[in-house]
Amino acid sequence: MRYRVTIENCSETYPCSEQQTLLQGMEQLGKRGIPVGCRGGGCGVCRVQVTSGTFSKAKMSRSVISEADESKRIVLACRCTPTSDLSISVVGKMEKALNGKHRIQTEDDLSVAAVG
Amino acid sequence: MAFKGVLRPGLIQIRVLNMDEAINHYQNILGLNIVSTEADGRVYLKGWDEFDHHSVVLRQAESAGLDYVAFKVDSDDYLREIEPRIVAWGLEVDHVPAGEQPGVGPRIGFTLPTGHRIELYHQIDMAEDHPGIINPDIYQRRPDGMGASRFDHLLCYGPNIGKAREFFCEVLDFYQPEKVDLPEGDGSLAIWLTASNKAHDIAFVEHEEPGKLHHVAFLLQDWNEVGAAADIISINDVSLDIGPTRHGITRGQTIYFFDPSGNRNEVYAGGYTAYPDHPVRSWDFDHVGKGIFYYERTLNDRFLTVLT
Ligand code: FES
Ligand SMILES: [Fe+2]
Repeated sequence: MRYRVTIENCSETYPCSEQQTLLQGMEQLGKRGIPVGCRGGGCGVCRVQVTSGTFSKAKMSRSVISEADESKRIVLACRCTPTSDLSISVVGKMEKALNGKHRIQTEDDLSVAAVG
Repeated sequence: MAFKGVLRPGLIQIRVLNMDEAINHYQNILGLNIVSTEADGRVYLKGWDEFDHHSVVLRQAESAGLDYVAFKVDSDDYLREIEPRIVAWGLEVDHVPAGEQPGVGPRIGFTLPTGHRIELYHQIDMAEDHPGIINPDIYQRRPDGMGASRFDHLLCYGPNIGKAREFFCEVLDFYQPEKVDLPEGDGSLAIWLTASNKAHDIAFVEHEEPGKLHHVAFLLQDWNEVGAAADIISINDVSLDIGPTRHGITRGQTIYFFDPSGNRNEVYAGGYTAYPDHPVRSWDFDHVGKGIFYYERTLNDRFLTVLT
């Protein structure tokens, strides 16, 4: 079964099967929107809030998703699979600086610059 | 013996979210051998070229990341003598009794200003399944997976890395083969430290949040093995970070990937031979991309952000 996932922040949508995590579904189609990190529920960069729809979830690292987060349906896209069509909003991020003061340019900046 | 005091990072305890998935990864993908599974659930593993009882400890927990890294020292005398020096430098030292890990003697532990727990120990049993000693063959039996030969080094992210450098160099007699400078002042963005001839035993990157793990690295023999590791990553759909590539810093040949709990692993080959009398190689802030990823010559956000 395939479900439709809508990323609200960038109005991207993609199909995702119930065998795939939300992050795998997005990555496999070359889509963008959710930051991709470890893909294993450890780093927290793929945090999303599910605003509508149902899903099942695997174990997520407590240091990046608290119980309060989970009760607000804030989860890790790499640990959740859809069980209906879903809308999500991205709340995780890739920090842009190593220590807040100094900004390092990365290839991700360059690719954003090339697109935008 | 010219090589005294701290010998190497010998033990690392890593938190994983699911033990069965972790065992599959560290055993079948990396190619470490399981030494024992204990009543508390911790699993002990070692690389095929390690003499000591084990080097990697997996502990199932609610959060991924690093519990601690422990350095092996050359004698019980050193362990006794170093303790007051650590205390005099300003860190609180605690004691872990012999037997807390199978085959391991007493350990002392303390927390760095970067938030990382470091331990020191001397006694550890020799592994039953150790490399050959008398007329030794190259190996006893062909290793599985990537065939990682040993735990090599780790990279930690946390605050106050200048203090960590001072501690390692002044108290534990490490030296610094390489560093990345901050754009202003004489602080460092990143430092590579060693107690040995390896270009690094431990490295640090300056980061706001304390106690974070960037990666745990295991040794391969050469560039061909790094290529074979990349094949294994694709065959098994392991989460890839970047590579195969090379580091400008240390010159190591490398590939980065993630264990099933999101802890980053590296398999690494080569790297220059370090000596304490060599100058400190320095990279300025504008060349850090080439320093980290020598072929790509630019960093990616994932390298800077994705930690456990
Ligand atoms: S990508 Fe690391 S937690 Fe999802
Ligand atoms: Fe490394």
